[in-house]
Amino acid sequence: MKFIQAVAVVLVFGWLAACSSTGDKKTADVAVVEDRSVEAGIDAASGDAMASAVGGYSDLTIESLTDPGSPLSQRVIYFEYDSSEVTEQDREFVSAHAVILAANPNLKVSIEGHGDERGSREYNIGLGEKRAQSVRRMMEFQGVLSSQMTTVSYGEEKSAVEGHDESAWSMNRRVELVYVAY
Amino acid sequence: MKTIYITLLGVCLYLPGWLQAALTIEITQGVEGALPIAVVPFDTASNRNPPPQDVAGIIAADLARSGRFAPVPEQNLIAQPVETSQVRFQDWRTLGVENLVIGKVETVADNEYRIQFRLLDVLRGRQITGYSMPAKSGQLRYVAHRISDIIYEKLTGEPGAFATHIAYVISDSKNGKKEYQLQLADSDGYNPKTLLTSPQPLMSPSWSPDGRQLAYVSFEKKGRAAIFVQAIHTGKRQEIVSFAGINGAPSWSPDGRSMAVTLSRDGNPEIYSLRLSDKKLKRLTTGAAIDTEPVWSPDGESIVFTSDRGGSPQLYRMPAQGGRAQRITFEGNYNASADFSADGKSLALVHGQGGRYQIAVLDLDSGLLRVLTDGRLDESPSFAPNGSMIIYATETGHSGVLAAVSSDGRFRQQFSLSEGNVREPVWSPLVDRK
Repeated sequence: MKFIQAVAVVLVFGWLAACSSTGDKKTADVAVVEDRSVEAGIDAASGDAMASAVGGYSDLTIESLTDPGSPLSQRVIYFEYDSSEVTEQDREFVSAHAVILAANPNLKVSIEGHGDERGSREYNIGLGEKRAQSVRRMMEFQGVLSSQMTTVSYGEEKSAVEGHDESAWSMNRRVELVYVAY
Repeated sequence: MKTIYITLLGVCLYLPGWLQAALTIEITQGVEGALPIAVVPFDTASNRNPPPQDVAGIIAADLARSGRFAPVPEQNLIAQPVETSQVRFQDWRTLGVENLVIGKVETVADNEYRIQFRLLDVLRGRQITGYSMPAKSGQLRYVAHRISDIIYEKLTGEPGAFATHIAYVISDSKNGKKEYQLQLADSDGYNPKTLLTSPQPLMSPSWSPDGRQLAYVSFEKKGRAAIFVQAIHTGKRQEIVSFAGINGAPSWSPDGRSMAVTLSRDGNPEIYSLRLSDKKLKRLTTGAAIDTEPVWSPDGESIVFTSDRGGSPQLYRMPAQGGRAQRITFEGNYNASADFSADGKSLALVHGQGGRYQIAVLDLDSGLLRVLTDGRLDESPSFAPNGSMIIYATETGHSGVLAAVSSDGRFRQQFSLSEGNVREPVWSPLVDRK
């Protein structure tokens, strides 16, 4: 039942509190991962409960993944320079992905972090990883199993847009959600 | 009387079939006060088949590329002596030349040559040094670079770094498909050979201290990074680590027994020391920040790394076995990607300020930072093993190229490739100097 508590905590304090404090991240991670391994059996139910609580995503189904009109069609989260914080605006649709993943434990997603070309390549790998982990952590709080997610950082090695200005850089500072198993 | 016969052991035995488009070098910023020197074309008249390389031309180009010498253009040479007895020193003095290099290339067997050269002091009218060196035809460029090393050391008092290599990564799009290559070339950009080709990114090459192996990061396993070590001569490669998350930034310890790496297996990008004999890991950093890009000091005592624990990426130094880290960069909002000079006294780094990323040198004793380049997106600095130059990656228009700057910032040159983006250059250590 600790899992339900975790959901309740998230709902009370909002996504922001759950995701922005870097100091508390690690302890929160560990606790949630442990809880889930015990209570994986009730995931579908809690997923549904959450969906209605979050609002608007209760009608999402696995078919929504291929529906261009669904909020799940958005798979890229963009970030500010040297930041790994998911913006308020993007939290909405990350939640939609969390709902569908939590309700379908067989679904797996690869969370791929990227950065723009500025600065050093390995630091950008670190930054991409932090971005991917921000998204992963949000999803974990919303009941997605650790085993459903992998993270990888490509740093600046796989640009979405070529170019040496902010219009290209802003498109490259991103996390891509890639569903690997339906 | 000073002619010494030496045998070159451990000369790189390059396999055929590696020749590709060479990097071409263009000197983009000259320097005043370079020493005038004349390198006379070596005599090849005795050969039935002329040697395949212009040895004197390679030496003159090496010396010019160092920024320390100003070789007299071949068309301005007043004479072409081969032996010391043929040199009229007063004529060269009139020309303002301080040193003269003369020599010859003779055939000793099929595809085997003997190169004899002399370095002469024009003012005093005498020989400074002279060697006779054997070379197979495939080794002529290497032997020419060794001669450049000898001349450089005799005249500057510092070891030369011409008979060295650079490793780098090329990315290119072929028929709409990305292709990544790990390449190796001579320090003058010649003899490039591809060590590895992959459709997925290759990153962060790092030389073993003996110059025989390269560690690098490859994403060839789907959706996962791994650190590999590859023997340069045999091409044999071995996966070293591939945990979930980051496997990056490999850096060899000076004794070659350990490697510092960045892993995120414990949830956050942290630095670990990896003992290569049994792959035992020791975690060196903690905390929620990004800690990465470790480099060992040449004495093996400490590790410098990049961390954003203070809010922006800066360089920190900690004991090699882990422990309290001290911040060492304070100017600018971005300092990362450090490389130690061989004497351990300074660091080359990427310095970001005002939206520009440039190469700078930090003097560790005084803490003074000196910006050496004026690019917008300069990165990946790597010291020449003698500390004279720093090679780095920069952008020109739409493609990535390599450039080098003298460590005092006065002299600059650019390495261009006909196609593709070149980046992440790393200069090899000084190896076997028998």
